[in-house]
Amino acid sequence: MLSKDLRPLNRPAFGLFGLAVAALALTAPVGASTPEQIGLEIATEADRRDTGFGDYVVEDMKMVLRNRQGQESSRELQIKIFEVLDDGDKNLIVFDRPRDIKGTALLTFAHKVGDDDQWLYLPAVKRVKRISSSNKSGSFVGSEFAYEDLTSQEIEKYTYKYLRDESLDGLDCFVVERYPVYENSGYTRQVVWWDKAEYRVMKVDYYDRKGDLLKTLTYHGYQQYLDQYWRADKMVMVNHLTGKSTDLFWNNYVFRTGLSERDFNRNSLKRAK
Amino acid sequence: MTRGALAALLISAAAASPAAADELEITGNISAETRLFPFEPIHKGQRRHLASLYGEVEYYQEWTDSGDSLTIKPFYRYDSSDPRRTHFDLREAFWLKVMDVEELGRFEFRTGVDKVFWGVTESIHLVDIINQTDLVEYPDREEKLGQPMLQLSVARDWGTVDLFVLTGFRERTFPGRSGRLRSALVVNTDTPQYESGAEDRHIDFAARYSHAIDELDFGLSWFRGTSRDPALLPGRDRGGGLVLIPFYQQIDQGGIDAQYTTGPWLLKFEGLYREGQLNRSGKEQRYWASVAGFEYTFFGIFGSNMDLGVLAEHIFDSRDEEANTFFFGNAAFAGVRWTANDPQDTELLFGYLQDVNTPGKNFFVEASRRFGDSWTLSLEAQIVSGTASDSFLADLRRDDYIQLGWTYSF
Repeated sequence: MLSKDLRPLNRPAFGLFGLAVAALALTAPVGASTPEQIGLEIATEADRRDTGFGDYVVEDMKMVLRNRQGQESSRELQIKIFEVLDDGDKNLIVFDRPRDIKGTALLTFAHKVGDDDQWLYLPAVKRVKRISSSNKSGSFVGSEFAYEDLTSQEIEKYTYKYLRDESLDGLDCFVVERYPVYENSGYTRQVVWWDKAEYRVMKVDYYDRKGDLLKTLTYHGYQQYLDQYWRADKMVMVNHLTGKSTDLFWNNYVFRTGLSERDFNRNSLKRAK
Repeated sequence: MTRGALAALLISAAAASPAAADELEITGNISAETRLFPFEPIHKGQRRHLASLYGEVEYYQEWTDSGDSLTIKPFYRYDSSDPRRTHFDLREAFWLKVMDVEELGRFEFRTGVDKVFWGVTESIHLVDIINQTDLVEYPDREEKLGQPMLQLSVARDWGTVDLFVLTGFRERTFPGRSGRLRSALVVNTDTPQYESGAEDRHIDFAARYSHAIDELDFGLSWFRGTSRDPALLPGRDRGGGLVLIPFYQQIDQGGIDAQYTTGPWLLKFEGLYREGQLNRSGKEQRYWASVAGFEYTFFGIFGSNMDLGVLAEHIFDSRDEEANTFFFGNAAFAGVRWTANDPQDTELLFGYLQDVNTPGKNFFVEASRRFGDSWTLSLEAQIVSGTASDSFLADLRRDDYIQLGWTYSF
């Protein structure tokens, strides 16, 4: 469920793609490169830089939901993520608060193509339910994040178009438009700001099915882990239509905790605390 | 909990590493509930309303390095109308050991009292058999009593295998004389009868294989031991009054449950084959039963965050009129599930069960909404109507009710 949107690494981009993109970034597009090719190259480089993290756990996640009047409610949860190189990642989310949903857990096997596989565990009745994952545009636990905003962001899920270079809060960024190719997306397009130095997603604008600006996601407090992987401490999603917003705090990332695929099945879902 | 299970629990507790716990959590909830019956009762001694207080506490301790954990979850209810509904139960009290055996996969051992659920459907849980129903709680049979057991579970690439040794039997709870939602004759729970000479000390066995292949999740299960469903035989209590005596038989049961998930569709099936159970006429009859249906969800209706799920299921029992279920052998269920997906997790479920061959029907509504971080309001209503005089439902024809509950979670 973590976005690989929070990708990128710090190493200078000596890869072929990296050089190409760096060149493009500084100069006008070269040769036959179309805006579509450049957009894909940027997304591919961002993905490459975030490959190989293995697994990580975020023990203390907090979601603060705020309505137009400023009233807040919050959820506390924990997430475990396991990288799958040839498909989407696996993750396990367990809720800790509010207390009436404590122990409720969600297991997701993301796929590059097609619907994800999802199982929900209901602790009161000790029941594991396979649930529909076609609800991509639906709200995740009442927040302004949709399932599709939080699932594993695979390159194959979009087509791309490079728009322009732009400075965002003093950071030089690529601005790329991307179009969901999976079914049942709530969006016609998204505009993504990747910073040129580290290929970190800094901001995303989401446009709804009518083509209007619906939501804006911003990333805050990036930190680097294992000298490579950048993760934000805070993500803020603002809904421009409703005036509601959700802050998502990621506290205490721990990488390479020794998780294996055995930690991501229906048995481990039932045991999750 | 039987003495055997308690001893096993204590032995495994003593054998566990004495290292300090990595995690210790105490959570739980406490609820106040009131149930109103708009109609005068049929049976003598029954009340028009009840008030009830109940709660459960979960104590959880984990030793991460050794893969051990201990869960203890007692439950208690006080009820103003029926002394039998005032009861205590140890819902869970088990030691869990998780062990990786490199080539063989991950093993989970559970020793003690636990609850296990099998199945996929909503209107009835056919294959689910490990735990006894705590029937005094709610007539929908969703509440279960803790079951003493030894359980081994292994998850492999080709599926999950669960093996159970069920050490000790739990009798079903039944409403008492002053309770509503009961048969005309009170079930005498003081003198249950058993087919096995070992009575409630009979050791039962169960096994289950389950797996998920792409869109298909399925399970195959087998059970040998004391039936959780008693036959209710006419008899006399100590004072000579007419009562029903529960009679628990030895049965064999094979079960299958499957769900196919595609887009917004969930296609569901449960089937069982059982031998050794008395039918309605009091004769032993082999039978099979099934429930098949679907759930379809309209996501984000009217451009909102709200989801609307539509459910339909068909229940079949090969014994037909000899089925000793609360409806006859052929029934249809339709339901609507509304989920607001709001910060308060507001939910509403409406259900309608129709006996295919008689006018007997049952409507129910369940709704809940959280207030603040810790409070939940829940509402439930049941209506039974069109009952034929020879139906099990006939005794419940005046027992429609509406129930309100406030729960504090901590």
